[in-house]
Order: sequence, then structure tokens, then C-alpha cells
Amino acid sequence: MLEKLLSGPKTYYLWLLFLLCLIAGSGLVYLQQLREGLSLTGMSRDVSWGLYISQFTYFVGVAASAVMLVLPTYFHHYKKFRRMIIFGEFMAVAAVVMCALFIVVDLGQPQRMLNVMLHPAPSSVMFYDMLVLTGYLALNVVIGWTTLEAERLETEPPRWIKPLVYLSILWAFSIHTVTAFLYAGIPGRHYWLTAIMAARFLSSAFCSGPALLLLLLFLVRRLTGFDPGREAVKTLTTIIVYAMCVNVFFYLLELFTAFYSGIPGHSEPIALLFAGHGGHWVSRWMWAAAAMALLSLALLLPPSLREHRAILPAALALLVAATWIDKGLGLLIGGFTPNMFEEITLYTPTGSEITIALGVCAVGALVLSLLWKMALGVKKESRDFAG
Amino acid sequence: MNRRGFIKAAGLSAFALIGGAAPFDEALAGIAPGRYGRNEKALRAKRWGMVVKTREFRRPEDYAFLADVCRKEHNVPRIDGPQNVKWLWHDTFARVFPDAVNDYPDERTRSSVFPLLCNHCDNPPCVRVCPTGATYKTEDGIVAIDYHRCIGCRFCMAGCPYGARSFNFKDPRLFLPDPPPNPAFPTRMIGVVEKCNFCAERLAVGRMPACVEASDGRILFGDLEDPESGPRRALAANYSIRRKPSLGTRPGVYYII
Ligand code: SF4
Ligand code: SF4
Repeated sequence: MLEKLLSGPKTYYLWLLFLLCLIAGSGLVYLQQLREGLSLTGMSRDVSWGLYISQFTYFVGVAASAVMLVLPTYFHHYKKFRRMIIFGEFMAVAAVVMCALFIVVDLGQPQRMLNVMLHPAPSSVMFYDMLVLTGYLALNVVIGWTTLEAERLETEPPRWIKPLVYLSILWAFSIHTVTAFLYAGIPGRHYWLTAIMAARFLSSAFCSGPALLLLLLFLVRRLTGFDPGREAVKTLTTIIVYAMCVNVFFYLLELFTAFYSGIPGHSEPIALLFAGHGGHWVSRWMWAAAAMALLSLALLLPPSLREHRAILPAALALLVAATWIDKGLGLLIGGFTPNMFEEITLYTPTGSEITIALGVCAVGALVLSLLWKMALGVKKESRDFAG
Repeated sequence: MNRRGFIKAAGLSAFALIGGAAPFDEALAGIAPGRYGRNEKALRAKRWGMVVKTREFRRPEDYAFLADVCRKEHNVPRIDGPQNVKWLWHDTFARVFPDAVNDYPDERTRSSVFPLLCNHCDNPPCVRVCPTGATYKTEDGIVAIDYHRCIGCRFCMAGCPYGARSFNFKDPRLFLPDPPPNPAFPTRMIGVVEKCNFCAERLAVGRMPACVEASDGRILFGDLEDPESGPRRALAANYSIRRKPSLGTRPGVYYII
């Protein structure tokens, strides 16, 4: 199937070239980080994780969200998702690759990373996170590749793939649950020490991941004419709406416990995120996120609006932005401020940090582009493409 | 570790991950034999602990002096700004004991400062979360770091509720004179985490921790499991507190207030 990568319009090659330049450029910044250490970042003794780990967390969610296509298809025999399921699986592959890279760029001693396997520490959640993420990557590569190959040969996928698919459904839940456990089991970090963390992670993943997938598929439709199918889009949008409602609800539950109990440890991080004691930049972002979340729901809840061709992408974009700010910024900043002495240390990612993060995103985009190009090529031949 | 050992450890840890029941804390903490080689003069204890007689310290400078001793002893670099490295330092009551604050504290509590360092917890979250075993607990209750195994993931810094750990954002050797103040103690490389080690390297050769030695009896150090030890006798005779006791970490540093 690799031959599908070799032919394409000029824009395809230009896009790949652009990504490669971006990767090379941020690679240089990463080399500088290797030399000068993480002092290049905005992290500090008090805020010891930043943009890298938060992006890791966000993209684990994106990876897990493929299950929102796989589950209806295999558990409920919902046929309409069949055409686009491969795009979800391949997006999961790209997302896990990004997660791995985000961890690597965050390490102080990346050349020692194999120590996690050489000296396994079964009491550490990170050990399990590594296991489930590698497992999930393998599952999606195997399942995606095998089903696509079968489609190309116009045969049914082999039977052994089914158990793997079922396994991947459970596995998707596990990756984001375990990622939540990285945070939710730490004593003394009030914002994270909440049993609802895993549920909140899953709900936010199950709306933002499919929303991102749909946005990208709309782009692909523009560029190639591939149509994910009206009904499929409609159903997936409904799933997104439900997940987003649950996500917002879960956040409100946090607010209730934090503020009704009046326990400072619970309320202070949230107060900081939104009121920003002395003007932390993140509070503007958090309010924007809240506004975008509500606006996206206002646009997505009424069926007449969400089925509108122009409104839907805008609403999805708002949703992705809102969930990204919540998980990709607020989660880490709220966890580390106030610090262990109830003081506030500001964290602002530096330019180098942002560049390296963009570089990791570019690698993800490259993997995604190549995998999707292959899938589109196969779909075109097997005439499972439009209408 | 043999296969059975691994299964046992994995099982216990999985159980402890869910339950966290007291008898399994030890399994969770991953007790490892000390990696500091001891000689025949080595001081030994079941569980090392520290008692600070805070009433006998008058001024912040008293602690600053001890912090300096520690810096020299362990080649701790002096780096300005939020990416700094510190093993032993001092701060106000409200910051050291944030959950014991009082609206109307007495003059002494309001104006004094108190020393901060790693608590060498009995049930240390930093050891629990470390994915490589680089942070480990010795059989005498010291929480130590293997600088050659640490990958610099900083999970332990997120995990420590006491802000006791520092990450080497910068190359620490650039901030030390050459040769370093104590050539007998290793300097660290960039990208690893470090913190107070209760002077395990000194105990191993029969010496008390540097800050204890320099404190003129105002900091007591000894075996918390021995009722006759200095710390235990002081604790029996005075009211003392520990930092954030509600978190269940069971700190090994006590403050006589
Ligand atoms: S004080 Fe922090 S670093 Fe020291 S043992 Fe306790 S949790 Fe670990
Ligand atoms: S930074 Fe080092 S000591 Fe801390 S958790 Fe990671 S590997 Fe362990």
C-alpha cells in the first residue's frame, strides 16, 4: 500500500515539504534544549511540568477518541461509520506517536529513557501508562493496516482481527484512565486529587477527539472530494454533543465541591485559574474557554444549527479550542499553582518550548498525512469514496 | 528480581495502588538496600529521623548558616531565579505549615522562620511515582536518589507534597567552583532531580549529618524506633508537629514548636 504515498498533487508534496521544514527547524531548537537543558523552558522548581506534559495528556485523549467510531461499528453494528473508521484509527496512531515524543522532549535525560523498561517500577503509574500506550499504538497499527489491506484486496478482513478490535475498545478507555491516574493519585495537588479526573478526561476526549477528526475530514473533503457520509457525520456530531454536555457537567461538579465545601485547597486552584490573583494570563484563556464551550453547545444542541454546513465546523472548532484550553493549559497550571507552600509561581511557556511543541505536532501531522493519504488512495480504488 | 519476586511485587503494588493499606505501604515504597557503601564505623538505625528544636533558633541567619554548610557539603549550586536548586532552606510558618495557619498567631509564630528539607517520609509519594526506581527508600528510612538512573521525568516533583525536590534545569557544575567545595561528594549532571539525602554518605562512615553537627544540639538526629534515642526523648518531652500530616506520608522530620 506504500505506493499510494508516492503519487499525489503538487499541494501534497508542498505540504509534506512544509512539515519537514517545520520539523527540522524545531529539531534545531530541540538540539539546543539538549545542550542547555530544560532551562530553555518556562518551567521551574514550582511548576515542574508544563506545555509538553499537558500536550501529552491532550493527545492521549485524541488517541482514545477513535473508540467513538469503533465502538458503535463493532458493538452496535452501525454500518455508517465503516467508511471513516480507518481515519479515526490512523489519527490514534499519529496521536500516540505525538504522546511518546512529548514525553521524550520533556525528559531531562532522554538518552536514559529505556530505564523505564530496564528498571520497571510497578508502583509507578507511568510504568502502566507506557505499557498501555505502546499496546494501543500496536493495536491501532495492526488493525488499521489489516483492515485497509483487506479493503484494497476487496476481501473481508481476517477473522483474528475482531478480537483485537474488541480489545482496542477496552484499551482506548484504559489509556486515558491511566493517564488520569498520573494526576489523580498524587497527594497534595488539590486540583488533581479528584476521583472524577478519569471520567472528566474521557468525556473531554470523546468530544474533542471526534470533533478534531471531523474538522480534519471536512478539510480532506475540500481537498480530495472524499465524503465521510452525511449520516455518519450526523451521528458522530450527536456523540460529540452528548460527550461535551457530560464534560461540562463534570466540570460543574468540580466547581460545586470546590466552592460549596469552602475548603481552600479545593477552591484556590480554580479561583486562580479564573480570577488569576494579580493577573495570571491563564485566567483570560480560561474565561475564553468557558465562553467557547457554552457557545459551541449553543450551536451544537439544536439539530437545525448543527446540521448546517457552515455552522458545524465553526462549532466544532470552538469545542476543540475550549477543551484544549481546559486540558492543555488549565490542568497543569491549576495543578501546580498555588504551589506546595500555597504561593503562586507564574508559568508561561517560552518561545523555544512552544516551537518544540509545534515540532512534535508537525511530526504528528506528517504521520497522519501519510497514513491518511494511503487510506484515501485505497478508498478511491475501491470506490468507497463519495456520496 | 526473579520471576516470583516480580509477580509478588507487581501484585502487591497493584493491590496497594488500589488499597494503599498500611501493611502494603512498604511494598509500595519499594525498599531497596542502601546504595551508599557503609564501612564498619557506620551509624545504624531502624528508621532515621530528625527533630528541630525551633525555639532555640533565633534568627533566619541561624538557618541560613546551616543551609550554607549543607550546600558546601553536597556541592549544591547557587542558582538564582525560579529554576534554583535547594536542599535545606527556611521560610515563614504559613508556608512551612500551610494547613496549620491561625488567624491570630502569637508573635513568635508570626515572626519566626522554620527550616525546610526533605522529610524522608515513611510512605513517600515520590518513591511511589518514580518510574525507574531512581528514587528509592533505604532500609533505614532514608529516601535517596540514584542520579545515574534518574531520567528527569520530574514525576517525583509533582508527587512530593513538600516541594522538597529540585530539578537541574541548568548544568549545576557551571555554578560551582572548580574543584567543587566537597570533592568527595559527587556533583550532579544536568537534567536529574536532587534533594536532601539525610547525609547518608556521612552516616555510612560514622558521622552525623552536616546540619546536625553544625547546629550545636539544636537539631537532633537518631533512630525514631529507639525510645532512648535523642529525638525520641525530645519528642516525649515536648509538643511537636510535622508538615501536612493529613496526607499520610508520615514525615520523619519533627518540629518542636
Ligand atoms: S518530603 Fe518529598 S521528597 Fe522527601 S520523602 Fe517525602 S515526598 Fe519524598
Ligand atoms: S525525575 Fe528521576 S527520580 Fe524523579 S521520578 Fe523521574 S526518574 Fe524518578
